[in-house]
Amino acid sequence: MIVVVIVNSPGWPAVRRAFFDGHEFTSSLPEISRAFLTNVEIFCIAEGFILVVGLAIAVMRSLPGPVFFPIRALAILYADIFRGIPTILVIYILGFGAPALQLSWLPTSTVVWGIVGLVLIYSAYVSEVYRAGIDSVHPSQDAAARSLGLSRSQSMRHVVLPQAVRRVVPPLLNDFIGLQKDTALIALLGTVEAFRQSQIDVAATFNFTPYLATALLFVAITIPLARFTDWLLNRDRRRRQSAGALG
Amino acid sequence: MSGTDGVVASGRAAAPADALRLEGVHKSFGRLEVLRGIDLAVAEHEVVCLIGSSGSGKSTLLRCVNLLEPIDAGRIHVLGTEITGRGVDVDSVRRRIGIVFQSFNLFPHMTVLRNVTLAPRKVLGLPAAEADARCEELLVRFGLADKRDWFPDRLSGGQQQRVAIVRALAMQPELLLLDEITSALDPELVSEVLDVIRELAAGGMTMVLATHEMGFAREIASRVCFLDGGLVLEQGSPAQIFADPQEERTRQFLKRIVDAGRL
Ligand SMILES: Nc1ncnc2c1ncn2[C@@H]1O[C@H](COP(=O)(O)OP(=O)(O)OP(=O)(O)O)[C@@H](O)[C@H]1O
Ligand SMILES: [Mg+2]
Repeated sequence: MIVVVIVNSPGWPAVRRAFFDGHEFTSSLPEISRAFLTNVEIFCIAEGFILVVGLAIAVMRSLPGPVFFPIRALAILYADIFRGIPTILVIYILGFGAPALQLSWLPTSTVVWGIVGLVLIYSAYVSEVYRAGIDSVHPSQDAAARSLGLSRSQSMRHVVLPQAVRRVVPPLLNDFIGLQKDTALIALLGTVEAFRQSQIDVAATFNFTPYLATALLFVAITIPLARFTDWLLNRDRRRRQSAGALG
Repeated sequence: MSGTDGVVASGRAAAPADALRLEGVHKSFGRLEVLRGIDLAVAEHEVVCLIGSSGSGKSTLLRCVNLLEPIDAGRIHVLGTEITGRGVDVDSVRRRIGIVFQSFNLFPHMTVLRNVTLAPRKVLGLPAAEADARCEELLVRFGLADKRDWFPDRLSGGQQQRVAIVRALAMQPELLLLDEITSALDPELVSEVLDVIRELAAGGMTMVLATHEMGFAREIASRVCFLDGGLVLEQGSPAQIFADPQEERTRQFLKRIVDAGRL
């Protein structure tokens, strides 16, 4: 339906030429792909930190009792602030602000500051996901672990978190995909990644097909990511069932 | 406040053989005062059954002994050590006391063997091989050897509850608390769990159990305690409590049980 409307629109021939030019596509793809590796790299590095920082924030928020109130409050403040500020602002502020301080021990690379920005933002979101997972584990599980003599942190590590993380894999993947897309924002700092490269190509040829190529690359990476998660979840279910049936 | 019970309890307190001693234990949830001065002493190798109507505080009492609930006033001693004082290492207390819950609470992401070996490995620091050996011996003893690699969700309720008991036993507790461990089971599965408790009692394990199984309490208990109004209202041998209760409230409670066909 939508396709029919688009294809019959008066501007379609011009759009087709501008966006679906086979020659432009093949000639721009190699360079954009190379630049896209930068996106993948940024994504992998950022994701590693995000998973750790997000978990730390979530665990800090789950500490009980008045003794830990300051830590809890800090964790909450962090999550609120970094979920509130638009990603693009954080990246601008860090990417242009931090190097401008001219402190010799601070890294000057914009990629590094871009990654730091993404980590700060996404850790706030991911910490909420983890927290929902931790809250979804029934308190009787922790009680059972503690009653066996496990310490609070042992119970968290061996009993609560493994169950919590399993439950939040799908929402975590959502955040992964969002992050994968947001790696393009680092282009704003001048780093030549896929989106920036396609802009350069477009500027040189006045043809927009490189944008399409970039979009396809992004989709190409999110689909395997989604299928991988499905596979993980299925494997986990199968493993539990077959172990029961065979044992 | 708790009159004669208090005297009885502190009289027994002098004996060094007390596995568990509660003195004037109070516990409230908000404005609801659940325990209002519990005095109770349990000698080593004794099997004490807690009976009382729903909401009388049996579970709360057991959870307080295991320090899963902080108490508001009073003292609890386990094998001569006060566990309610300041600066007590909660984890080391719990290491010595096993507790089994009505709802099993097995860890669903671990096999039976991992459920049972987790605490010996992480808390006692046993090497994996040694923990496995110790725990497999227990699994064999309680007829669960062929289930060691199963996940809990594939086990029957009776099997799950027996695994939960084995998990508590793997820490070689000096005192075992059992909270209505057969209440969540289908009737035909109750006996396999009660058999386990019989065997433990015969082996001299000190146990405090909250139960609605009056027949079982009569058979196995060294002493029966009737909880009412936040106090141990009456206690004595099973023969005395079930045949000749002194308190009107105890008589009413037992009459309700008989009327319901559960004794
Ligand atoms: N965590 C809690 N917060 C608030 N109230 C609680 C809590 N735990 C127990 N209570 C209340 O304390 C009272 C005693 O509960 P408890 O579970 O100890 O009774 P019980 O004798 O074990 O009853 P049952 O035979 O039904 O298991 C009940 O009124 C219950 O609602
Ligand atoms: Mg109860």
